[in-house]
Amino acid sequence: MKDKSEIAKQETGNVQNRQEHERPISPAVDIFEDESGITLQADMPGVSRDRLEIEIDRDTLAIEGKAEIPMPEGLEAIYADVRSTRYRRSFTLSHELNGDAAEATLKDGILTLRIPKREQYQPRKIEVQVS
Amino acid sequence: MFGSLRNFEGGLFDDFRRLEREMDQLFSNGPWTGGIRASARGSYPPINVGVTPERVDVYLFAAGVDPKKLEITLHQNLLTIKGERRPMREEGAQYYRRERFDGEFHRAVNLPDDADPERVEANYQDGVLHVAIQRQESAKPRQIEVK
Repeated sequence: MKDKSEIAKQETGNVQNRQEHERPISPAVDIFEDESGITLQADMPGVSRDRLEIEIDRDTLAIEGKAEIPMPEGLEAIYADVRSTRYRRSFTLSHELNGDAAEATLKDGILTLRIPKREQYQPRKIEVQVS
Repeated sequence: MFGSLRNFEGGLFDDFRRLEREMDQLFSNGPWTGGIRASARGSYPPINVGVTPERVDVYLFAAGVDPKKLEITLHQNLLTIKGERRPMREEGAQYYRRERFDGEFHRAVNLPDDADPERVEANYQDGVLHVAIQRQESAKPRQIEVK
């Protein structure tokens, strides 16, 4: 037991050092396209609505979030797969996508972002007139 | 026409390589040695475990999982979590990236010996499952009076 607590102490020391260059996690995404637009889904567990930021600047889409995990005071890490509480990933959008009309929802840590195509790029059905 | 949102050739794999390097660096810094049940790096869902004198806190980063379908058991000091995640997939749509985990998962962690299986609480919020296990009284540091 004694060994463990000593190791944990060392670890907390390191965490503080590391905080400055804590690198964001690149969240896993699914991206699919249908006739009217593109949908992106990203796993961002621990992120609530007010800690999520989506930025579309011309042709760049950036998603960023901060996970907030309820932790008791004085918690010592004994194992960690996740070493950062920040998520960040960006993509380049192509010009037929209308970033201004993008819509986002967040549920149970999953972000769903829908970016429609500009109207002139949506497929139109051409009716054949029979005379 | 094809922006990098659709380009899964170059960018993605570079990303992976970079991510792997980063993970290697992070994990090599860890103070823990691999337990016999520790899964390979990158297994789903990722877990963090922390302790205080009063309790053990386990965090499972599993977005979009139905918490009612999770099977959580604590036997001796081994905590096992079984479940599945089926992300909604759009039929007929063209997928460019499909990185999110799909399927059944199973993870197990060894807790400190004094974890009390009778006093466990679990709650799920924003895609994180938090399991708090109280430790037995005897584990708390006690002041010993010298007579």
